[in-house]
Amino acid sequence: MNLTTSIIGIVAYLILAPIAGGLLAGIDRRISARMQGRYGPPILQPFYDFFKLLEKEPITVNKVQDFYVNCFLIFIIITGAIFFAGGDLLLFIFTLTLASIFLVVAAFSSNSPYAQVGAERELLQMMAYEPMVLLTAIGFYMVNGSFNVSDVVTSDVMGIVYLPGIFLGFVFILTIKLRKSPFDLSLSHHGHQELVKGLSTEFSGKTLAIIELAHWYENIFLLGVVYLFIAHSAVWSPIIAVLVCLVVYFLEVLIDNNYARMKWQFAINSSWVVALTLGFVNMLVLYFIG
Amino acid sequence: MSTILFLIVFPFIVALALLVLKTDAARDIIVKVSSILIAAGSIYLAVQYFDSGGEFFEFGNETVSTFMLGIEVVLAVLIFYLGIKYKKYLASVLVAIQTPLMVWFELGTGHGITVLNNMYVDRLSIIMALIIGVIGTLICWYSIGYMKDFQKHHHEEPDRRPWFFFLMFLFLAAMFGIVFSNNLVWLYFFWEITTLCSFFLIGYTKTQEAINNSFRALIMNLLGGIGFALAIVVLGNFYGTLELNQMLALGAGISMVLPACLLAFAGITKAAQMPFNSWLLGAMVAPTPTSALLHSSTMVKAGVFLIVKLSPILGWNLAGIMVMMVGGITFLMTSFAAISQSNAKRVLAYSTVANLGLIVACAGIGSYAAVWAAIMLIIFHAVTKSLLFLCVGTAEHNIGSRDIEDMDGLFGRMPRLATFMIVGIAGMFLAPFGMLISKWAAMKAFVDSGNFLLVMIILFGSAATLFYWTKWMGKMVAIMAKRENIQSNVHKEEWLVLTSLTALTVLICLIFPLMSTFVIVPYLQTIYSSVATLALSSSNMYIMSAMLALIVLLPLLFYGKSNKRIVPLYMAGVNLDDLTYRGSMQKDVTVSLRNWYMEDYFGEKRMNIIGDIATVVVLIVTFALLLGGVL
Repeated sequence: MNLTTSIIGIVAYLILAPIAGGLLAGIDRRISARMQGRYGPPILQPFYDFFKLLEKEPITVNKVQDFYVNCFLIFIIITGAIFFAGGDLLLFIFTLTLASIFLVVAAFSSNSPYAQVGAERELLQMMAYEPMVLLTAIGFYMVNGSFNVSDVVTSDVMGIVYLPGIFLGFVFILTIKLRKSPFDLSLSHHGHQELVKGLSTEFSGKTLAIIELAHWYENIFLLGVVYLFIAHSAVWSPIIAVLVCLVVYFLEVLIDNNYARMKWQFAINSSWVVALTLGFVNMLVLYFIG
Repeated sequence: MSTILFLIVFPFIVALALLVLKTDAARDIIVKVSSILIAAGSIYLAVQYFDSGGEFFEFGNETVSTFMLGIEVVLAVLIFYLGIKYKKYLASVLVAIQTPLMVWFELGTGHGITVLNNMYVDRLSIIMALIIGVIGTLICWYSIGYMKDFQKHHHEEPDRRPWFFFLMFLFLAAMFGIVFSNNLVWLYFFWEITTLCSFFLIGYTKTQEAINNSFRALIMNLLGGIGFALAIVVLGNFYGTLELNQMLALGAGISMVLPACLLAFAGITKAAQMPFNSWLLGAMVAPTPTSALLHSSTMVKAGVFLIVKLSPILGWNLAGIMVMMVGGITFLMTSFAAISQSNAKRVLAYSTVANLGLIVACAGIGSYAAVWAAIMLIIFHAVTKSLLFLCVGTAEHNIGSRDIEDMDGLFGRMPRLATFMIVGIAGMFLAPFGMLISKWAAMKAFVDSGNFLLVMIILFGSAATLFYWTKWMGKMVAIMAKRENIQSNVHKEEWLVLTSLTALTVLICLIFPLMSTFVIVPYLQTIYSSVATLALSSSNMYIMSAMLALIVLLPLLFYGKSNKRIVPLYMAGVNLDDLTYRGSMQKDVTVSLRNWYMEDYFGEKRMNIIGDIATVVVLIVTFALLLGGVL
């Protein structure tokens, strides 16, 4: 991928990702409602919510948390930009970690009991999914000999053929990343009895809108990773890849609506077991057939 | 050559002077002036030999060797006596095996072997010299103020500061000796001096705990010393050489597994790898500058330096596998153990052991890219860890605790110190800082080497690392109302050093592409014939540098600038103050916030037992195979 396509990728991402992410959230809410036997809000509801949040009275619990939240957004955008510019998958993951740390630190800085519990749980979730996320990047490297997204999408082989275990593993931890039940431990769209709004308890108005926006950006590049498993040099592959992304997202919504929240122990145990079995075995097989 | 001699001899003379002069004023001046001279000397050395691919110096004379042997015997007698006096007979036994062995060898076989080059300098020794000369002296500088406070806190104790500063500077001299010695017998001499210095430094306070821990450190390092001595005997008797460079050169042709294993074993003990990690944790009883010195620029770095030196003859042989397994297991188990700790110094200690484990594992793999990562880790770790230790030391003297739980809202009480600490913590695990860059390279090297056990180890270890650093950071950034600013009590020497180290932490991340291109890659090219591509392409390095600039600029521009109305936080009732509220039953409830330690998962004891058993098995199997003559 040359400079021009990289720049096109970044610009397209900057403009289209929030729109796509917001729509995805709207569709998510509609489908969830239908699964629960409700009619559900309009597809554009997330955007209405977003603009309404922007108009709220500007209040905060301290002078610094907005700074951290803004950094969170900036680095989430940079993470996505690295991805859609065809950049290095490991750099992409490390930048994502940095961004997430800013969100955690923002929650810690409020010194609120609920936000702090949310922050600790968020950290736990990060610890749970990090090995599998890195394994995904390593899997692509072993198949294509390169960590670059641009090399993965122009490769002659379809990733999922060699990485079925890693694909399943990634989809598993995607539930955590998308903040879906049973792993919506630190923060979820529904208030929880013991946690109030967890991580985001002390964020309001514009700050909350920024977090929402960041999540839209985030969800798009997370699905982008799913896309990588299918996309390769064949002309038809991007279409199939997008379809697979949608199916995976639907699956996540289905899981979200069918499971009660689990304890944090289950989150870390299961994610690590998945990484150790599906991920590790896939990697070993790949090494011995390669 | 004269610069090298200066770096070894001058700190030694300073040490003697500090032992004799007892007034504060004289000590302050001597420490400051000589610190500047030593740092300048190491920088001058770097400039002087920058372009040379490595130079060897004959510098042979019988007197030096005899003199060293004499000192060794005197020190051995001293340790033997101390072991008896404090009823630590194992130390006496070990020294009674080791020193006679060396004396017998040197007067016998060793005498007949001609050593062509006793000393050398190459780019790796330049890097090490800079670490010792700059970071080491910064720590000495910091100690001036710190030890005054320390004496004030322990005023009932006799003032042993001359002894303390004597040991600190002697340590630096010995470290310089280690990185410049090509003659293994000389290297061994300096190696033993560092063992003794750390023994006395750990026992500095002379409490029962300090004495026990100092002997533990001594015994473990003497074990390593026996390994070293045996390696010399084997090399001298079977290979007919006592020179490090010749040993490495021979390794390309014939099997060097036995001496490599023995030397690596010595390195493992000194680098506090499992099952020997407990001595470094025990070293916490000493004043904080000691810990900073042991953890960042001296002692443990001598251990990894030796193993990195050996890396060309490691790899997929018995010695290499032993080294990578011990390093890998140590990295994983100590990263986990760090989660369960609330004592800041113990968290730092476990993190040190873990990072050394990673360095050791990289050196064990021995590939070009892995050694690149190992050297980068040594540099970044030295700077960042010394900063963190000294920050904790200053915090401890001002808030009266080294417990992370007591660092609640440190940002309000000691804003500058908290900022430095956060830079240090971020430097240890976050992009775009140094340690992460090295970990990135290490990860890629592990994948390329096909050692997937190590790949899994680094993935899980890194996940744990992220957890324990961030929760610490979270404690400090919490904003609490009505906190008094108490940072005006900190000595100005301490500020100077902390500021320099913080600046250095950021600076080396900015200039690391230059260090890589001009120092480390040329060094590796002299060792490895094929130059593989590095983990970080130039475009990635640019992105990292840009991110670093952003991370530095954003807080400067926007931090804490908010016009929003400040409201109290939500606490399920009526807020009374920071962490108290009136609940629904008209009852006042006080909230306390504590970090997660996950004792059931990562309990320190369990992690240590698992790690110790695993590494002991690795070591025993390796040496059993060697002795069984399988190879």
